[in-house]
Amino acid sequence: MPSFLKLEGIEKRFGTFTALKGVDLQIDQGEFVCFLGPSGCGKTTLLRIIAGLEPQSAGRIEQAGRDISRLPPSARDYGIVFQSYALFPNLSVADNVAYGLVNRKVPQAQARQRVEELVRLVGLPGSQDKYPSQLSGGQQQRIALARALATSPGLLLLDEPLSALDAIVRVHLRQEIRSLQRTLGVTTIMVTHDQEEALSVADRIVVMNHGVIEQVGTPEQVYREPASPFVADFVGRVNVLPATVVRPSQLHIGASVFETTGPAPQGATGLEIKVYLRPEDVLARPLADNSTAEQAFGPGTANVFEARIDKVEFLGAYCLARVGSPALGEHGLTVVLSMNFLAEHRLTAGSRLALRLLPDRIRLFPQ
Amino acid sequence: MTSLSATAPSQADVRLQSTASDRLAWVALSVVALVLLAFLAAPLLAILMQSVQSGEGRFVGLANFVSYAKSPALLQSLWNSLWVSTLVTLVAVPTAFVFAYALTRSCMPAKPLFRGITLIPLLAPTLLPAISLIYWFGNQGVLKGWLQALGFHEIYGAPGIVLAEIFAVFPHALMILVTALTAADARLYEAADAMGTSAWRKFMTITLPGAKYGLISASLVVFTLVMTDFGVPKVIGGNFNVLATDVFKLVIGQQDFQRGAVVALLLLAPAVLTFAVDHLVQRKQMAMLSARAVPLRPRRAPLFDALMTGYCALVALLVLAVLGMTVFASFASFWPYNLTPSLQHYKMGLFDAEFGEGFANSLTMSAGTAVFGTGLVFMGAYLLEKTPGPAPLRAGVRLLAMLPMAVPGLVLGLGYIFFFNEPSNPLNSLYHTMALLTLCTIVHFYTTGHLTAVTALKAMDAEFESVSASLKVPFWTTLRRVTLPICTPALVDIARYFFVNAMTTVSAVVFLYSPETKVASIAILNLDEAGETGAAAACAVMIVAASAVATTLFWLLSRLVERRTQAWKRGT
Repeated sequence: MPSFLKLEGIEKRFGTFTALKGVDLQIDQGEFVCFLGPSGCGKTTLLRIIAGLEPQSAGRIEQAGRDISRLPPSARDYGIVFQSYALFPNLSVADNVAYGLVNRKVPQAQARQRVEELVRLVGLPGSQDKYPSQLSGGQQQRIALARALATSPGLLLLDEPLSALDAIVRVHLRQEIRSLQRTLGVTTIMVTHDQEEALSVADRIVVMNHGVIEQVGTPEQVYREPASPFVADFVGRVNVLPATVVRPSQLHIGASVFETTGPAPQGATGLEIKVYLRPEDVLARPLADNSTAEQAFGPGTANVFEARIDKVEFLGAYCLARVGSPALGEHGLTVVLSMNFLAEHRLTAGSRLALRLLPDRIRLFPQ
Repeated sequence: MTSLSATAPSQADVRLQSTASDRLAWVALSVVALVLLAFLAAPLLAILMQSVQSGEGRFVGLANFVSYAKSPALLQSLWNSLWVSTLVTLVAVPTAFVFAYALTRSCMPAKPLFRGITLIPLLAPTLLPAISLIYWFGNQGVLKGWLQALGFHEIYGAPGIVLAEIFAVFPHALMILVTALTAADARLYEAADAMGTSAWRKFMTITLPGAKYGLISASLVVFTLVMTDFGVPKVIGGNFNVLATDVFKLVIGQQDFQRGAVVALLLLAPAVLTFAVDHLVQRKQMAMLSARAVPLRPRRAPLFDALMTGYCALVALLVLAVLGMTVFASFASFWPYNLTPSLQHYKMGLFDAEFGEGFANSLTMSAGTAVFGTGLVFMGAYLLEKTPGPAPLRAGVRLLAMLPMAVPGLVLGLGYIFFFNEPSNPLNSLYHTMALLTLCTIVHFYTTGHLTAVTALKAMDAEFESVSASLKVPFWTTLRRVTLPICTPALVDIARYFFVNAMTTVSAVVFLYSPETKVASIAILNLDEAGETGAAAACAVMIVAASAVATTLFWLLSRLVERRTQAWKRGT
């Protein structure tokens, strides 16, 4: 199946500043794609180029088999929702939603019916006669969504639609946007700087930094198999440890040698590299007095060592513990521990425990 | 990342195909540019050309400037203008500063009343205070003795000009300083209090530095207003010549266009300087107040409040004295011998001395200025702010829209003579017409209207146009359904500003009227010149009344509009 939206070599320069460098991307029909990255990474610029609100400096855009590179916004086929909602404050909800319908000479009765259908779809039935200022932020954003969908566009563009909302509304609304998108099957691109948001709703995430795409992949791929140190760092928490390659399957970290079954390091013995490991990929076991870490995990288990807790940061359901170990030399490690685990084994700062680095989760990047 | 505002496409970018609505917007913006070129840039250029040409139109370089510099009488005027303007600035700005301080930092009663009274001069042509002073201190003035006791020979000349200008410029300085003093961060004062700082030290280290830019701005504005005012020195200047009256004498009296152009350029210089400095200063002023500043609420201080009340009452009384004397004299049967009230000056003004016709002309011109000026200003601001367009064209219109602020009315009027009186100019047929007077007034007051419109447009979500484009709605539909309704209060405000200023303006139109298109403020000048001071006073009072009525009507209109189009605001 040919892709629905195809970007080829998109460049954007603002004066001497290059906002986007040779961006290539293909998006399938019905996909929900998130552009994720820190401020200034070019994700909003890329969205605005797709919308025709900003001309690209070079590159080609194809939508549904049609070259739209040079088409003005009004000749393209998309609906858009902005962070600021951009609802017309002097028009009622019904007039806002019907704004694009009126222009298409849709008969009034039909338009009214369509408006009713849409406000019900976004969960605000009966709100047609209200003005935007009478609605909460979350409700306004739902109406903005209804307005963007009213003309049944082939592409839905969402420019940080949830950033202006408070945390609880944000979590709720992102799931609704997701299920709405599933129901309608409309190809959707959402720009966000919130990794959790991207991980929870997207079919695929496009991670961007400094105007280039760092990685395109499913949320799981991006989280589990980050393609670059930037992605590993930006999405989720990560421990970074310096290491030396002993053999393709063995690494020297601190004072110990660890096994890895993840992607083998590229390079010769003695090469200095960096180990990326997520806090949850370090397993913890209680350590009875006078017993060893190896006993805690069972004899013969690889990558096991003894550590002490230096500091515990309480984060609700779980804790992040900063641990240290002679086995790692002077390098500290952050691990995730559940509250129950800590309570059950009476662990506090200063306590000892046994840890294991999961060999298949170790990611390696060059120095 | 916040959304990028619509930027003009740079050279490097792919050009998107233009739509019919894009092209319409370009055409409309070009029209605005052409109007501003023809009625602002070209007349100014004409002055520049005149100043380097001989009477026969040959290029003579700086010969006119040299001949000006060799004329002692004209140099005397330059000196007079400079020291009078400086003196007025030195008196008016501190006076207005204390008044503004009382309004913003004290708990004195009746603040709106005090403020309202001191804004009255804005409704009057500058001729009014001059006429009033003649009744107070003139040859037959009631307090002539006081003046002589102070050692002044007579009110005509510098003393009269200085006093009348202080009255005329006071509200201008006051408005700037009130704005500057309102922008205060209470947290700074709280921090100072916590450290046990004395009131004097707080004033010197927080208040004064905070109002610094306002003071600079007010001083420059006052200086320029006095330098370029024509009405006051014409009426009360006597034999004391200043640049503004020189221009008039040289051009209208002696038909010496060349040296008139030189004087006009001299008047333009301080105004341009003011404009440039003000522009820089305003940017800094805005940056000073962070979004998180806590507004300052004055606290009660009985002694200080009483002192401030007394001061403001005195200033308000003086303003009312100037205004009241004009009103009183306008009703006096025969000053100073028979003071019984009568309407004879009004009758004479309205029926015998062509003031009636001038008054009708003024109303026509003011209405035209309000309607067409508001239309032009809003169209220009809208196209600049909300539609894409070729970058050079946009930059050009932006510059032309700000330029009138730097051009005194007198200079603009002179430029109109040079440009439109030229028989070879295809627009020559406009000369002496009401249309040209109206256009000149629109251009003269363009910048303030433009800034009001831009502020209103900038306050709207920048993405409305993007949403409309995505919904395939052309810009004019969004303009009609959304932008205009939301901006209506600003439009009414712009129209009021145009109307009142058109009613009271003298300087620009004094060069442009014909007997058929004489406006009210000019008729007053002529009455005064003919010695009919009583009738001139009556006419000045009628202009103030008309301005006040118009202001009230516009206020009512804005209330009505608010109710009709801003229903959505009451939602919350």
